Amino acid sequence: MLDLLRQPWPWYVAGPLIGLTVPALLLLGNKALGISSSLRHVCAACVPAGIPFLTYNWRAETWNLFFVLGIAVGGFLGYQVLGHPDTIAISAETVRDLKAELGLTDFTGLLPRELFALDNLANWKGWVFLVLGGFLVGFGTRYAGGCTSGHAISGLSNLQWVSMVAVIGFFVGGLLMTWVIYPLLF
Amino acid sequence: MKNLKYLVLGVVFGLILTKSEAVSWFRIQEMFRFQSFHMYGIMVTAVLVGLISIQLIKRYHLKSINGEPIAIADKKYSHGTWIGGIIFGVGWAITGACPGPLFAQLGSGVAAATVMILAALAGTWTYSALREKLPH
Repeated sequence: MLDLLRQPWPWYVAGPLIGLTVPALLLLGNKALGISSSLRHVCAACVPAGIPFLTYNWRAETWNLFFVLGIAVGGFLGYQVLGHPDTIAISAETVRDLKAELGLTDFTGLLPRELFALDNLANWKGWVFLVLGGFLVGFGTRYAGGCTSGHAISGLSNLQWVSMVAVIGFFVGGLLMTWVIYPLLF
Repeated sequence: MKNLKYLVLGVVFGLILTKSEAVSWFRIQEMFRFQSFHMYGIMVTAVLVGLISIQLIKRYHLKSINGEPIAIADKKYSHGTWIGGIIFGVGWAITGACPGPLFAQLGSGVAAATVMILAALAGTWTYSALREKLPH
């Protein structure tokens, strides 16, 4: 059993389990799955600065911050305690393309160190990958009213056509970055 | 403590995200390059299971454990849905992470996640401050 838990989980196990989070949150507390809201609550709690969009009773949404704290604990258990292979078994084509197009050589870990090392903050890579990337995630999800959990999973599960618009937008942006902007950067 | 159940659910959610490698930049690049079914399989089965569950909850008028009728607010469309969606998509392909995975990465010990989360908070704050001036 422990051996099974230690291995990477296949999509047909992980996907349905992620899907079950939706009814679990509804049944346990009448809450809709959505994670990017936590970023808004943190801003409202720490730096509201009189901004109308950040002036609301964020304490009523504390559950969301506990959920997010749990995700961090889950990441610790999943990676540090249960352990993980050093190299994630992505497809050979992706390895080939990332080597050829982005010049990556180190495929160990969850993220390529060559792009995400903190030392990179001394050059353009760190500012693009860590700072600009993170900024766009925060800015875009709030502008769109949700992220992959709130729109792609929760919203699509509830047949919200707005969420389909958002998900199409997510992929338009992601494909644009991967196929057009990455080749310009490298 | 009434929030304990959300903490526990979060732990399970973070564990699934991590063990399925959905928190990996490599997996997200593989997805955007259409070179594996892995991430698509996760998303499609998650939505199917979520969809069936919500239909069952609605059909049988299930209540939450506190006895409240379950009500899911409709999401409202604005032009921001697609503008913000595209902006997030670019950020997703850069960082290889959505907000959930960022927190899982933080827990798994990725130092870069600290900077990305602070930057995401700055992005959220900037949107909030500019909201009235942006097209919606």
